[in-house]
Amino acid sequence: MHKYIGLALIFPLIGFIVNGLFGWKIRKEKIIGWIGSLTVGASFVVSFLVYIELLGLPSYARKFTVEYFSWIKTGGLDISFSYLVDPLSVLMAMVVTGVGFLIHVYSIGYMHGDKGFARFFAYLNLFIFMMLTLVLADNYLLMFLGWEGVGLCSYLLIGFWYDKPFEKMTTSDAGRKAFIVNRIGDFGFLIGLFLMYKYFGSLNFNTVFSIASKLQVGDSTVFWITLLLFVGATGKSAQIPLYVWLPDAMAGPTPVSALIHAATMVTAGVYMIARSSVLYALAPTTMEIVAVIGALTAVYAASMGLVQNGIKKVLAYSTISQLGYMFLAMGVGAFSAGIFHLTTHAFFKALLFLGAGAVMHALDNEEDIQKMGGLKNYLPITYKTFFIASLAIAGIPPLSGFFSKDEILWGAYSQGSFWLWLLGAIGAFMTAFYMFRLVALVFETPARYGAKHPHEAPKVMTLPLVILGFFSAVAGFIGIPESFGLKNLFHHWLEPVFEDANAKLILESAHSTTTEFILMFISVLISAGGILLARYLYLERINVVAKLTQTFSGIYKLLYNKYYVDEIYDTIVVKPVKWGSEKLLWRFFDVKIIDGIVNGSARVTSAVSSVIRFIQNGIVQFYAVVFLIGILIILWLIF
Amino acid sequence: MELLQKHILTAIIFLPFVGALVISLINSERKNLIKFLGLLFSTLTFIISVYVFIKYDPAKTGFQFVEKYPWIQSLDISYKVGIDGISLLLLVLTTFLTPVGLLATWSSVDKRVKGYVIMFLLLETGMNGVFCALDTFLFYIFWETMLIPMYFIIGIWGGENRIYAAVKFVIYTMVGSLLMLVAIIALGNFASQMGGQFTGDLEKLYEVAPKVSLNAQILMFLAFTLSFAIKVPLFPFHTWLPDAHVEAPTAGSVILAGVLLKMGTYGILRFSIPLFPEATFIFLPYIAVLAVVGIIYGALVSFVQPDLKKLVAYSSVSHLGFVVLGLMGLTIESVQGGLIQMVNHGLSTGALFMLVGMIYDRRHTRMIEEFGGLARVTPVYATFFMIVALSSLGLPGLNGFVGEFLILLGSFKSKFLGTTAFAIFAATGVILAAVYLLTAYQRIFFGKLTKTENQSIKDLNLREIVSLALVLIFIVWIGIYPNTFLKKSEPSVKKVVEQMEKYRSGVFRAQR
Repeated sequence: MHKYIGLALIFPLIGFIVNGLFGWKIRKEKIIGWIGSLTVGASFVVSFLVYIELLGLPSYARKFTVEYFSWIKTGGLDISFSYLVDPLSVLMAMVVTGVGFLIHVYSIGYMHGDKGFARFFAYLNLFIFMMLTLVLADNYLLMFLGWEGVGLCSYLLIGFWYDKPFEKMTTSDAGRKAFIVNRIGDFGFLIGLFLMYKYFGSLNFNTVFSIASKLQVGDSTVFWITLLLFVGATGKSAQIPLYVWLPDAMAGPTPVSALIHAATMVTAGVYMIARSSVLYALAPTTMEIVAVIGALTAVYAASMGLVQNGIKKVLAYSTISQLGYMFLAMGVGAFSAGIFHLTTHAFFKALLFLGAGAVMHALDNEEDIQKMGGLKNYLPITYKTFFIASLAIAGIPPLSGFFSKDEILWGAYSQGSFWLWLLGAIGAFMTAFYMFRLVALVFETPARYGAKHPHEAPKVMTLPLVILGFFSAVAGFIGIPESFGLKNLFHHWLEPVFEDANAKLILESAHSTTTEFILMFISVLISAGGILLARYLYLERINVVAKLTQTFSGIYKLLYNKYYVDEIYDTIVVKPVKWGSEKLLWRFFDVKIIDGIVNGSARVTSAVSSVIRFIQNGIVQFYAVVFLIGILIILWLIF
Repeated sequence: MELLQKHILTAIIFLPFVGALVISLINSERKNLIKFLGLLFSTLTFIISVYVFIKYDPAKTGFQFVEKYPWIQSLDISYKVGIDGISLLLLVLTTFLTPVGLLATWSSVDKRVKGYVIMFLLLETGMNGVFCALDTFLFYIFWETMLIPMYFIIGIWGGENRIYAAVKFVIYTMVGSLLMLVAIIALGNFASQMGGQFTGDLEKLYEVAPKVSLNAQILMFLAFTLSFAIKVPLFPFHTWLPDAHVEAPTAGSVILAGVLLKMGTYGILRFSIPLFPEATFIFLPYIAVLAVVGIIYGALVSFVQPDLKKLVAYSSVSHLGFVVLGLMGLTIESVQGGLIQMVNHGLSTGALFMLVGMIYDRRHTRMIEEFGGLARVTPVYATFFMIVALSSLGLPGLNGFVGEFLILLGSFKSKFLGTTAFAIFAATGVILAAVYLLTAYQRIFFGKLTKTENQSIKDLNLREIVSLALVLIFIVWIGIYPNTFLKKSEPSVKKVVEQMEKYRSGVFRAQR
């Protein structure tokens, strides 16, 4: 079956071509929507069948390379369209196509009546194709094709309603910002690849990793390679300092936010590190940087999420923060914990966004949570599923988020340091708080939207919510900590992938189960505390909130305005570049200096010749006089 | 048929010329017939060149399809044509872009159509000749021949400021090419001093020239390279380009950007580098610096242009900087990348100029601020523009990426450049390309449709769609399977690179 993994890529590509080229002719929304959804569904079936095949094999044999055709072959470079089938890539493919399928179905309802219905599904299908390319690629260059390809789809979909105003700008501004910020990250990624090629002589996973596994830990070139690749990851996965595009990416339609900017694309950086775990294991310094950036981002983004009023904005900051946890996991060497969190996060965060979409759907696209409230009676399914997802992300056992987040925190403590754990714990508290602030303000407080009549979304939208709700609740059981005395299926599944990396890491194996349970207990307390505090403040003592924001108006403003980072970037980077390019380079250097010299030399030539021209005036008498003078001078010189 | 096979390059060079002769006999009122004949002859030329492309055997070393007839026997100057993998790609690019350019601008030119089509065909003869010539004097003649039709194309069918632009274009280029002529004569002279016979035969000169004293090499290298640098144009010799582009008619810009600029980079690869290896080693870092400056400078200046056509023109400075950097890297990867990037730039920038021309035909303005929200009224146009812009900004899966990636990858590890700094600085061009192209795209196509004049713009017609789609086929082809082209040129490129590596080790031995 693994030989046919290409089918998983072909189906969405066909969907893209059909809807992209003929969508305007098909016209019927149902047909377009189901073409888009079923191609992704088919892709999921293929991935699932490959998964079944792998399951039947012994764990060491679960790895295949499927090569289709050569892409770039010249000099020492030999890159193919070849795909890697192993536990990690198959898992990612199933997450992408599984969650992707549900979101496609949901979109049939959500995008109903939109002028660009076919275009929307074409872009979504293209996205799935690119994302699968990213996770299935067998070499870094093909991965980069997917990497930039998903960026393109993100750009197109953020600016999908390209003439709609968005905050101080338009949606297309947000799309462009996303693409450009990502390109800044990709610059690092590319340099990383050049260095890798120079050092390893190849960009193929097999070659690079097999050479790498013979290297010493602390290799300085590998340090640079991994660091540069990580720069790419901070762009794609919205970490400090390149996270700024993700909050603005919420300008896109909500299913896009769910699929691309929460469940799949933004996790690409985490996947990339997991895939390169052998390299990262060789570079402890990079690992430390990754862990610290991850932990800081987790807290920093969560702090901004505390005060935002846009329902999607809160979720966007939450996504950045959760991605921070995943990087924290990568940085402390808890690779499979990071991927576990990636998986559970895909379920509950997609659900939260789709729930937010259902809310907006009910309230004529209202995004401001100050103008919501009381929706739990009108949108019972949305409310229940949203509530489950919120409990999951907050880390309440036994929902999925509890297991995955707790494993990361435990990794941070046991393999990293107390401080990393503390940052993670603070982030967890904030997460619980902002999620239940959201739940309270959207669903539970009295209604604040005047005469609107909210209604529950159609089945095609609520069914995906229910399915995702189910997985958000139970998905954690595949990764129960071993200290519970059960087998951690998730770990075992991924074990062969991280084997080589783990062999390089000096893992603290002698940890005590008691400490693990104590920390687990503390983190549950923290989450519960956050939830209860939010519910108490927003449901019982709303006036206290107002007072607090007044007393701490400085901090509030700082958080609300996202630490003014956008403004700082604008002042120190964007504006000077624009001014310098226009005034200095173009109008001064190009026009005045270079063209000044060019035109100046032309003027000098014509000035000189206009003087010389007088000599050749065609008057014979003048020539005779000059002739005579010349002879006289010669005579004078001779004698 | 056999006759054609023996003289196939001559046929490619002079078929357009024959076409020009035929058209000159036709009544100038029969505009459609004239255009049709122009298209016919250039298409035939393309078909023959495709045959050459298929028949070209990369496994054989040296030049293929060689024809040689004595011309000035006492000086060993001959009509000698032939191609290797390097010229093959550029030849096919030229024969492809000429009919496509004519098709795309079928209805944009209405005055003096006869002269216009004739000029284009003459231009094509000159361009094909440049890529096939294997004699320095023959090369020089074709090189200069090209100037004349281009001068008229800009000067007669150009925009408001066309005379200034045409004169600037010609004088700029003439300055360079005169120096080149001096160097060509000097080179022949050195051959007679060393081998006993004055010659213009490039293959003989490849043997002789590297043995010339270093000082003479330096002078001749500079003379050749200056001429090529102006044509490329390498920063800071680029200021003729924006003027020429803005004033030229659309098809003129397509050919100018698509082919004429490549003559400069082709010349560097065909003449400067292999003839004067030791001088190359001396100047290589400086040229690479100019190339990298050009990449960044061109992109930044492009970013702030209010005129869409000027924006594309400046972006050429940036893209050609990549090509020159690739050539200076002198690794197989980077030179192959440079070569494929020449083709890419011809396709992508050619298509961009066609797109600019199409909107200019409709709105008679190219100012970006005059547009906005066009995606609503002209979705097909917007789609084509998007794909071409993405190709130009180097999105993987389209052609531009393959070229840029190979160039950067090769120059990063290049022993000749000696430092990775070139590639790192050049790579910022990848960010900047996204900045200027997407910003312009957004201002033209996204946002609200505010201007009433824009509401009635017609979307592309079938002829325009076909001409763009033809280019798009290759944009995608090279993006996904560049090996078709890389395979053909690899042995020729390898030969140059290996030769240079030999010289390099020789130089170092001498220094020790």
